[in-house]
Amino acid sequence: MSSQPYELVKDKGLDEGVARLTPEKIAKVVGAVLESEGGARLKAYVDTCAHCGLCAEACHFFHSHDRDPRYAPVAKVKQTLWGILDKGGAVSPDYIARASRVAYTECNLCKRCAMYCPFGIDIAYVVGLMRRICHKLGVTPQYIQDTAHSHSATMNQMWVKDDEWIDSLMWQEAEARDEVADLRIPLEKHGAEIMYSVIGPEPKFRTQLIYQAAVIMHAAGVDWTMPATPGWDNSDMAMYSGDYEIMGRLKRSHFECAQRLGVKRIVMGECGHAFRSVHDVGNRWLGWRDEPVPVIHAVQFYHELITSGKIMIAKKFQEPVTFHDPCNIARGMGLHEMGREVARALCEEVVEMTPNREHNYCCSAGGGVINCGPPFRNTRVHGNKVKAEQLAATGVKTVIAPCHNCHGGLEDIIHHYKLDMKLKFLGDLIYECMEKPWN
Amino acid sequence: MLKSMDYDWETGTRVVADLDQWRERHEWVEEPCIGADGAQAAAVCKVEGEDSFTVATTDGDWPTPFEKIWNLRHAPDGRLTALVQVDGLWTLAVDGEPWEESFDFAWNPLFGQDGGQIGLCVQVEGEYGLAVDGTPWETLYPNANNPVMSPTGGRTAAAVQTVPLGQAEIDKFQSGIFSASVDGETWDATFMNVWGLAFSPDGARTAAEVRLNLYEYSVAVDGKPWRKSFGGVWEPVFSPDGRRVAAPVRLAGKWTLAVDGERAWNTDYYQLWHQVFTPDGKRIAAIVSPSFGKWTVAVDDKPWEIAHAVVRDLTVSPDGKRFAAVAGSPGAWTMLVDGQPWNASFERLWAPVFSPDGRRVAAMAETDGRRVIVLGGAALDMGAADSLDPVFSPDGSRLLVKCLDGRKVIRHVLNLDAVKPA
Repeated sequence: MSSQPYELVKDKGLDEGVARLTPEKIAKVVGAVLESEGGARLKAYVDTCAHCGLCAEACHFFHSHDRDPRYAPVAKVKQTLWGILDKGGAVSPDYIARASRVAYTECNLCKRCAMYCPFGIDIAYVVGLMRRICHKLGVTPQYIQDTAHSHSATMNQMWVKDDEWIDSLMWQEAEARDEVADLRIPLEKHGAEIMYSVIGPEPKFRTQLIYQAAVIMHAAGVDWTMPATPGWDNSDMAMYSGDYEIMGRLKRSHFECAQRLGVKRIVMGECGHAFRSVHDVGNRWLGWRDEPVPVIHAVQFYHELITSGKIMIAKKFQEPVTFHDPCNIARGMGLHEMGREVARALCEEVVEMTPNREHNYCCSAGGGVINCGPPFRNTRVHGNKVKAEQLAATGVKTVIAPCHNCHGGLEDIIHHYKLDMKLKFLGDLIYECMEKPWN
Repeated sequence: MLKSMDYDWETGTRVVADLDQWRERHEWVEEPCIGADGAQAAAVCKVEGEDSFTVATTDGDWPTPFEKIWNLRHAPDGRLTALVQVDGLWTLAVDGEPWEESFDFAWNPLFGQDGGQIGLCVQVEGEYGLAVDGTPWETLYPNANNPVMSPTGGRTAAAVQTVPLGQAEIDKFQSGIFSASVDGETWDATFMNVWGLAFSPDGARTAAEVRLNLYEYSVAVDGKPWRKSFGGVWEPVFSPDGRRVAAPVRLAGKWTLAVDGERAWNTDYYQLWHQVFTPDGKRIAAIVSPSFGKWTVAVDDKPWEIAHAVVRDLTVSPDGKRFAAVAGSPGAWTMLVDGQPWNASFERLWAPVFSPDGRRVAAMAETDGRRVIVLGGAALDMGAADSLDPVFSPDGSRLLVKCLDGRKVIRHVLNLDAVKPA
């Protein structure tokens, strides 16, 4: 372990949650979760791990802290679930205080370490199970807990009320009509081909993305709709807080919204974690082996529009750019080449960062870490110095990141490490570069 | 209510609306909305050269244009409704006439079975509730969602936030700041969350899913939670006589059906939802997943033998003797009727429609990019037009099919005893 003291960052949710703990409660909750949810998969991982430490090379926290072994993935397991298993659940509230911070804020569940493990052990699963225990213990960072509450109360992550969602769409439609006179954002169009879904921050903070999506849909002649009911938000911070019951409720709301509208498929905006939730986790918690309504990520959709000629590129973005591979759609879905093909179709020059594709470093915002809020900003930023170095080495001034959380994380890194760079979504570039027949 | 016995059931075909005419006089025409009896069609239209909208109908355009119009829908009694904006405020227009009352925002019209009264979600100066026929609840709330109207119409309910919440006040939230409101009267109890409200058939009672704390869920009936709590619940449903409440509940990680708080089915399912009572209240069916990734329908806790990747739109026949549900996987859907699949699959398939006597099942489907009506598994040949929303005659011998070919709205009435599949 490092000689540096481990500082417990103060957090209302974690501190007050730990204060309510007793050893008996910990033992009871741990026992219940391990018995009902820690089945063969956990046992196989625990029995298989050879403690070789090769996973350390995978972790951006490890590299960003000068190879401090405390941040190696195996060490994170050691500080969380492993210690609990070793002691048969007989750990102290202080242990949970430390373990909860490790699980929620020092691991992005990015799964890069799974590629470095000679046995393919999915450490993100183990850390996720620790989060599940923390949720059951009532020890959850304040801001991600608040987000989970928002999900539960409104079915979206930003406390957007039912009318605010509709109003935001109408506002963006009105804005866009200044540019495209007959543009529509079709609401509740039953039987449309596509339901377009986004994450809560789009109507709340990044409404220009809805505007741009509408212009792209219009130019491509897509038969689409957006729902006027809850279910429009595909995001899922309950998945990351460990509240799987709310996760299931969210995903049911999303898919049944699409089923109600009778669409063929869902196209989702540029978000990574939401894709993980609809494609891999939340859907399966509910009992669907796959997606009950096919979901494609914006990268796939844009690729389809460009390669089919529905969107024509009028001019290419002149500056060199680099392409950041979001964990959940690159390692999680294999969209790294497709993302590059879209980027190359839009830009004169795409400079690769190193490492890249499925080996790319996480933005350090994913896995719900950015949703743990201001108390842990420095944890994220200091834990991803290696990303800043990786970005700086490209020498370019524009980073494409087709994921909301990546934007949040990279913005903070760019600001903190004083990089002269700006961020763009693929949608930003398509809107900027595409042929607009109405002009 | 517009009842099917009052529809024109004379067999034949007639053009209901010529969309080209609407397009000639308007800047653009949005997707048309066709009434249940197929005799009326309407569409939101952009007024030529103006920053306003109207509705074109088979009887002509609405006389007064509005700043915005959306959600054009026929009420069950045939009246044409839409959400409209006047001077920046929103209200509901019925057959072109806006309610006298308007709101800072209004959305999500709700109809009872006969459509006599219309409910609407409203927001006034940042407070939320419902309005019925223009009259808002006396009490409005910091938030109101999950709205519902009683089947008989007139009564409305929603999950409501009873006190304001500041940023990231997680303790306050967990202390329980949600309740249900029925006609603006708040239940005495508060909960962490309230969802999935339901009225009894006569509108006298209300039930809802409630979350008691971070981990325990239950069903509350008229504000009183069941004595038992569960690891999860889904939407409660009242029996036809209004005396029982059935809801899926999660026990030890699996789902089963509970009635009035007690386990009613013996089987543990991976998932269970969308339970329906037969009209006589004697049987209950639900969509179930007997094991991970496999879905079917269970009737009185007996799953059908055939399982699919997805099952949805469970429907019971009006006589209560038969059940049907859409099943399959995306792009390859079929209908399960009493556990037996149709001998055909479709790219898209909508909810089953039973004839009143339960003998026949029809549904809208999509195949080769066209919408067709499928009757008992066989597609009906209606020419090149897209076919929409089948309706059976009261005796089940005729079928009303509404068609849209892009230029015209067409109404067909078929004699099913003489019809040949495509």
